[in-house]
Amino acid sequence: MSTNTIALSELPASRPFTLRLHEWVTTVDHKRLGMLYILFALAFLIVGGIEATIMRVQLIRPHNDLVSPEVFNRMFTMHGTTMIFFVAMPLVFGFANYLVPLMIGARDMAFPRLNAFSFWITALGGLFLYFSFLGGNGLYGAGSAPDVGWFAYAPLTAKTFSVGHSTDYWTLSLLVSGIGSVGTAINIIATILCMRCPGMTLGKMPLLAWLNLTMAGLVILAVSPLTAAQLMLLIDRYLGGHFFDTQAGGSAVIWMHFFWIFGHPEVYVLVIPAFAFASEIIPVFSRKAIFGYPVMVLATVSIGFISMSVWAHHMFTVGMTSGANTFFVLSTMAIAVPTGIKIFNWLATMWGGKIRFATPMLFCIAFLFQFLVAGLTGVTLAVAPFDWQLGNSYYVVAHFHYVIVGGILFTSFAAFYYWFPKVTGKMYNEGLGKLHFWLFFIGFHLTFDFMHVPGLLGMPRRIYTYEPGRGWDIWNLIATVGVFFQAAGVLVFVGNLLWSYFRGTAAGNDPWDAWTLEWSTSSPPPEYNYAVIPVVRSRRPLWDLKHPEDPDWRYE
Amino acid sequence: MSPTTIFSPASTPAQSILGLSIFALLTVAAIFIIVFALLAYALVRFRNKNSDDRSEPAQIYGSSQVELAWTVIPVLIVIALSLATARVIASVQDAPRPPGALEVIVTGHQYWWEYRYPKLNIVTANELHVPLSDPAHPYPTFLTLLSADTDHSFWVPRLAGKTDLIPNHPNSMWIDPHETGLFLGQCAQYCGTQHAKMLLRVYVQPREDFDRWVREQQQLPQGSTEAAATSAGRRVFESTACVNCHTVSGTPARSNFGPDLTHLMSRDTIAAGAVPNTPEMLRLWIKNPRAIKPGSKMPAMGLSDQDLDALTAYLETLR
Repeated sequence: MSTNTIALSELPASRPFTLRLHEWVTTVDHKRLGMLYILFALAFLIVGGIEATIMRVQLIRPHNDLVSPEVFNRMFTMHGTTMIFFVAMPLVFGFANYLVPLMIGARDMAFPRLNAFSFWITALGGLFLYFSFLGGNGLYGAGSAPDVGWFAYAPLTAKTFSVGHSTDYWTLSLLVSGIGSVGTAINIIATILCMRCPGMTLGKMPLLAWLNLTMAGLVILAVSPLTAAQLMLLIDRYLGGHFFDTQAGGSAVIWMHFFWIFGHPEVYVLVIPAFAFASEIIPVFSRKAIFGYPVMVLATVSIGFISMSVWAHHMFTVGMTSGANTFFVLSTMAIAVPTGIKIFNWLATMWGGKIRFATPMLFCIAFLFQFLVAGLTGVTLAVAPFDWQLGNSYYVVAHFHYVIVGGILFTSFAAFYYWFPKVTGKMYNEGLGKLHFWLFFIGFHLTFDFMHVPGLLGMPRRIYTYEPGRGWDIWNLIATVGVFFQAAGVLVFVGNLLWSYFRGTAAGNDPWDAWTLEWSTSSPPPEYNYAVIPVVRSRRPLWDLKHPEDPDWRYE
Repeated sequence: MSPTTIFSPASTPAQSILGLSIFALLTVAAIFIIVFALLAYALVRFRNKNSDDRSEPAQIYGSSQVELAWTVIPVLIVIALSLATARVIASVQDAPRPPGALEVIVTGHQYWWEYRYPKLNIVTANELHVPLSDPAHPYPTFLTLLSADTDHSFWVPRLAGKTDLIPNHPNSMWIDPHETGLFLGQCAQYCGTQHAKMLLRVYVQPREDFDRWVREQQQLPQGSTEAAATSAGRRVFESTACVNCHTVSGTPARSNFGPDLTHLMSRDTIAAGAVPNTPEMLRLWIKNPRAIKPGSKMPAMGLSDQDLDALTAYLETLR
């Protein structure tokens, strides 16, 4: 341990800061780019979290006047846009970048330069969005940051209703980061299809690779319509187009279709990688192979396909025909079937195992429970008439935060702890990890369990204040209290990462006694990952090595 | 009880939705209990009891029968639930419109509601009056939903689910309230700065009371008479920008950018339900709308105290 500390403190000192910075800025290494994506996402997670906290404190009691309606509207617009495009997406891409080549026994991504380009253009998108706070002031009264909501329904985005440049920064930001997303998606697909090590057929890939392949396919299909819509919006705003300009005969509903044909697959773009983390972590900490690998693959791919046909369930209240509503009820509910299969398979993986409750597993167990609830409230919202009542209410807000926080963020935390030893070569502090888990778990449930109730009692989302006497007060108070637990949890998490990076004990190559290829190389992995390209015979190559008497390939 | 709960329906659409919702909630609750019990059992039963024991459990790779079972059962549940849903969708959305139904055109504005009763020749704002509908002799109200600017959504949870008001995209919905009283709600689609204070108030009245309200609304208010034409307040109203946005029937004020003020005093609230309609509030609203509703499209006119008093007094005559 002491030799390591010395080595770490001596190595940087031997190279000037500018040189190290130059290395990071010009890197095309998939591991470094992965880390850049993840650190970028973490920074924005803090920013988006602060925006959420401002909203929750404003809503702590009725007729609160901590912030003006203008500020509140900017906060929810920036919170949503930031969390989806500059936290969740970069997090997903960062982990995919770091893990996919390692897990398929490749030395890098298929297109390292495209990889670097995609990251930096995504980063530019994030800067565009936040530059709006400085540059968004156009005409008097235009406000600064965008205040049109993260789905920016027309005609609020038209010049008439959104003067100045705040909407333009929002549009440019999504346009530019969308290019990065598609670039990374192409890269992931090419890497998985072309760069697998000898012996690794598609059917022997780790589930994480399969799930990221599906995710990348969805990114290409989903982000393209969003990019097209952003271009049309720019044409409307600057070249006199009338796609969405209702005052000139444009259609507000067309924007909704464009947005949600992106927006719903986007949920799966984010949650499928969350499934991927769970599918790698749960088996290792249950000490069993994943149950029903082929079914898991099939379920993932069918989720990918079905998710392309459910978008209009975000539009049950816009006045579609009863036939169209019924179609989208059916397609939306259909997606519950493969999702349910996944939950059952994870359960069956744990069944008969020897479950170890380390921090990554705790986050995955909480994910299983929370994703179950999120899926079931999703089914209730798929019942279109129920959605006529609860669409755009706090019930929906609670539901999708259950998916995004309870599902995606929880598994991302699990992934942080699980792969931290591999990435840094250091073990994280288990005590702090558990403290983070419990603080965040309690905070999450205080905030989002109780947030369902005001929705059932008629509270719409996106209101900066509310009337007393509607039975909403106590639920909002509890939801706000929960935020502080979550914030404390995140602080412990960041503290743990920093402390462990500088003071943690050496982790070794394979601290979890795991089975996928990344654990066969050193921690952190060397440049180009593998001196000798590995050859695999089953889905768990390290299991085969550790149990030569009973290898997996006999059964697959 | 919350005045906006979905669990206390007072009209057929809300009632059908609640029945279906309870069915859906019970179904998912049952699934939750079963799966949660399995999860809890697995966590307790299969935890690693002895941390020194590093032996691996039996490796099981899958089972086609089990996979088939937990595919087929959810498929059946999904089919049952979507059939029940399809039935309610059709019964609410495709309900025939009886010839005698009351018709109201609702227009959403940033940040208030305009109500027109085309057959009764009434225009009012923010407070919708509809007749009680006796189930034996239904007298439903059909709403045509339009928007003058951005998207809005009409949501009074005890009467019906929400339907959006979208420019260039007329929608409709219906209610047949079985209970008299005041029903609350608010705009449920983000429509701009003051989305939060675009409140809905629906007054369900017995038939006789509703008919009396109609007759009163059809008459000209006291403030529009010839005798009142020279009052100081009316002079202020008609000589400032008030007339650019508001209508008072029987006077030169004939714009419809803002709420129709013909029978302003028949309303309990002003500023789309934000504050009660008292002389003090009315005066404050004219003096400084931002004090009540920051972001409101109503400008502060910068009137002198004397003009404010006169104007408030004039508006008080619009009964």
